[in-house]
Amino acid sequence: MAAKIRKLIVEVDETRIEAGKTIAPPTRKALAMAVIENPYAGRYSDNLDELIAIGEELGGLLGDRCVQALGIAPGAAQSYGKAAIVGEAGELEHAAAILHPKLGAPLRKAVEKGAALVPSAKKRGGLGTAIDVPLGHKDAAFVRSHFDAMEARVSDAPRANEIVVAVVVTDSGRPLPRIGGLQASEIKGEDGLR
Amino acid sequence: MNLDMITIRRIVTHVEDIHHEFGPPAGTPLRRGAIAAVLTNPFAGRYVDEIVPMMDALQPVGIDMAQRLRAAMDVPVERIESYGKGAIVGAAGELEHGALWHVPGGYAMRELLGWKGDRNAYAQGKASAAPTGQPGNALAIVPSTKKVGGPGTALDVPLTHINAAYVRSHFDAMEVRVPGAPAADEIVFILVMSTGARVHARVGGLKAADIAQWNGLR
Repeated sequence: MAAKIRKLIVEVDETRIEAGKTIAPPTRKALAMAVIENPYAGRYSDNLDELIAIGEELGGLLGDRCVQALGIAPGAAQSYGKAAIVGEAGELEHAAAILHPKLGAPLRKAVEKGAALVPSAKKRGGLGTAIDVPLGHKDAAFVRSHFDAMEARVSDAPRANEIVVAVVVTDSGRPLPRIGGLQASEIKGEDGLR
Repeated sequence: MNLDMITIRRIVTHVEDIHHEFGPPAGTPLRRGAIAAVLTNPFAGRYVDEIVPMMDALQPVGIDMAQRLRAAMDVPVERIESYGKGAIVGAAGELEHGALWHVPGGYAMRELLGWKGDRNAYAQGKASAAPTGQPGNALAIVPSTKKVGGPGTALDVPLTHINAAYVRSHFDAMEVRVPGAPAADEIVFILVMSTGARVHARVGGLKAADIAQWNGLR
């Protein structure tokens, strides 16, 4: 069953100056969010297949929207993350059903490759609840310069029977990385870690 | 023009498609967009009497933001039907600093949408563009809100029809906020535009199709 989308939102956050220093080119993060109806709201269902299918659909849709908003080739994406906020008539497991089984593959297709785990966050919440979407390098989870987060929030969602699903894609790491660790230039990008 | 006054730290764009609000899904979803630029407040921390030079300095910023917003929304200018603007001033500034946005923000959008009036006359407080009595674009005042707030403060930015402020179907507002901004010495300047009426508008009043006076009001 296709996702019943009430709203689709795309944001781009571009940092040109951080701590008084010019960032050239600017660091950019794109966030795409879908506000969807929760087909299991208000009842307990052992089987969550509908949400798993919705996750697969949204992984591609939201990933594509992020890449499109950044105006980059898919391969130029550098880090990613995902999150869901479940309205109060749903349960946390509904977010898990969307995020974990099938959302990743189409998202990886949208950003080309993506050997690394897609970091995630989930919570239950009401209208305007904010969630910090964790970010990690798409090909090597240990790249320290790309550990980051982007705040996602929809002012009028989730209603009790809704879920906000968020995907973030960036074309850069933090603006002024300088705490060492694995560098993006050093990765092999094969095992998803280094 | 004093460009030293303009330091942009961050730009955030936000575009949303509203398919429905628990009523019949719209054939074409309503698209609303917002752009927020985070600037250093050159007057932070002290009282400065002469702040008007920044109004001039903001003019290219307004034009660039209006164009970026239109591009992010990915619709032709002809599809923009409502607009609004706002400012959030960080804690070391005053509300009046937000008021610097009225001319450069408002007229940047109006000119983008086809308004032919004299922006400088407005800047000087001499409204030369008398009601034209002719169909035209962006004849209506750009509604606005402003406040002083901390990082992540949300501002409800009003939206009204670009040609006639009394068109009831287009009265709306968009909540805009930038996580992490404004810092105490910053100002967030905001523009918003949308492609039409509220998604399930049905409370009567003046309709866009019935605009007849072309005076910016009705």
